[in-house]
Amino acid sequence: MSTNVMVLAEHTDGKISDGTYELIGQARELAGALGGATEVALLGPADLAGQLGSADIVVCVEHPALEQYVPEAYERALLEVLAQRSPRLLLLSNATVGLDLGAALSVHWDAPLVAYVSALEVDGGVVVATAQILGGKVLAEVELPGERAIVTLLGGAFSSAPGAATGPGAAAPEVVHVGPPASLATLRTSLRRVVPAAGGDVDISAADVLVSVGRGIESQENLETVLELAEALGVPLSASRPVVDAGWLAKSRQVGQSGLKVKPRAYLAFGISGAPEHLEGMRRSELIIACNTDPGAPIFAVAHYGTTLDLFDLVPELVDMVRD
Amino acid sequence: MRIVVPIKAVPDLVEEIELTGDGAAIDREYLTFVLNEWDGQALEEALLLKDADGAKVVAVGLADDPDIDQFLYTALAKGADEAVKLVAATALGPPGPGGASGADRAALLAAYLTAHPADLVITGVQAADDLDGQLPSRLAALLDLPHVSVVIGVEPAQVEPAQVEPAQVEPAQKEGGRDEDGGASVTVRQEFAGGRCHELEVQLPAVIGVQSARQAPRYAPITRIRQAMNAGGLSELVVPARAAGNALVVRRLHRPGTAGGAEMMTGSAREVAGQIVGLLRARGLVKGSVP
Repeated sequence: MSTNVMVLAEHTDGKISDGTYELIGQARELAGALGGATEVALLGPADLAGQLGSADIVVCVEHPALEQYVPEAYERALLEVLAQRSPRLLLLSNATVGLDLGAALSVHWDAPLVAYVSALEVDGGVVVATAQILGGKVLAEVELPGERAIVTLLGGAFSSAPGAATGPGAAAPEVVHVGPPASLATLRTSLRRVVPAAGGDVDISAADVLVSVGRGIESQENLETVLELAEALGVPLSASRPVVDAGWLAKSRQVGQSGLKVKPRAYLAFGISGAPEHLEGMRRSELIIACNTDPGAPIFAVAHYGTTLDLFDLVPELVDMVRD
Repeated sequence: MRIVVPIKAVPDLVEEIELTGDGAAIDREYLTFVLNEWDGQALEEALLLKDADGAKVVAVGLADDPDIDQFLYTALAKGADEAVKLVAATALGPPGPGGASGADRAALLAAYLTAHPADLVITGVQAADDLDGQLPSRLAALLDLPHVSVVIGVEPAQVEPAQVEPAQVEPAQKEGGRDEDGGASVTVRQEFAGGRCHELEVQLPAVIGVQSARQAPRYAPITRIRQAMNAGGLSELVVPARAAGNALVVRRLHRPGTAGGAEMMTGSAREVAGQIVGLLRARGLVKGSVP
């Protein structure tokens, strides 16, 4: 039984993603505790192995169908890698790729899966994952005692520095090639084109201050309240995902995993509970002030200042004071 | 085209979530349940496909989910053609930790879909209590179907004959969504961080996990939901549960501490507003004087 910890590398336009380095950093820690090595599964362009210096082993599968992420192609190639390498743990991002592949791999590789994981440790030889569920309002500690398991890790919960860094004189990783499975010739899913992100009317990631609003705003009409504050401060209005999915604000205003990552000098969060996906996009802001009527809202764990006042009482007062 | 939309009830996250005394489950006694918001998006996307070319939409829920009847009737009121409530031959319990796992739910839905196949299964990309992973790809794996998740648009890939010049029919059909065996396919947009998308063509049958529909979910007035209830269009089906396997060993559940978190500001709205403006002003982020 292997004690190696494997990471699936994600890459775009010839560049390994930051999230991959977060996974590798975590894999190195776990592999150290388990007495194994850190492996990275690199599907597609094998020349990117040069960017994976902090891994012990890079396992490459080269095939034209793997140049870009296509779920079915990645799944089949990764299953081949898993069959040949039998790692103790497979770490995936809890973003598009992990949400897409995790549960299917759990079925086909016959391994338990824990999602939304924000902490991983080895406790007395047993791997224990802590998952943030129910929008981060409940933490679940899950034991993974068997021979194999899959964990999808929340972005931003771990530092990418240890996974990206390679010490001076560090040995280059061993590169292992796995032949592409024949099943890549009979895919039912194909990539037609890559659509770049559409630009918005305003770049929220460039703003010094953001007034950001979440589900607590309740209706599109109520947006007027926070919009007045944003205007008074002369800053853009941003939002968490539910507000954008409801069609109340443009996608370009969305902060979080599927939106933009922002790091303003001040982030004012109104009616945002702080689901892990949202926190990923704003937790590095210099000053976070959160207003939410639920004292247990996870946003307060990352905010510097908080209040449980009703936003509809607080915001008009703020507007008055800023305008004075 | 028969589209099945599995839906799920989840705790309303606007409310405080309490745990049972032993920390093994969430305390459901006083919880309000709502439709998983991503399932609402999935239903909307399915209804858009129905609006465009007359697909038949079947909303499917699990009988063990709290208030599931209400969500299924709402789906009917919004335009679903059928609503089916699956009763597990062996009760699963309510969703989430201490109840039915995602794997249990997927096994039940897979049994239903094996007996009543769909051309397209469209469901929410995730639910807030998906501790053991997400439904769409698990279901696809159990049914051996292709799948795509984090999707923000599903459209038929076939080119409408009326829109195609006769001379172009053949190449257009080839390019536009008939595979070599002549099977139908859909074009989906899969979203990545920052809004970049992959446009993928997927042969049917397939399972799609929807992040957001092409438009905000439609509203069903309460009168129409009542009409649907009175019309009684909800059918029940007993399904033998398959063994799910790979159950998780949950050591304990607990609520996150806010230790090291926010310094809480107290006082009237006016007073707290004063503190906030003070914080911003100290950083030079508000012009003007402190009141």
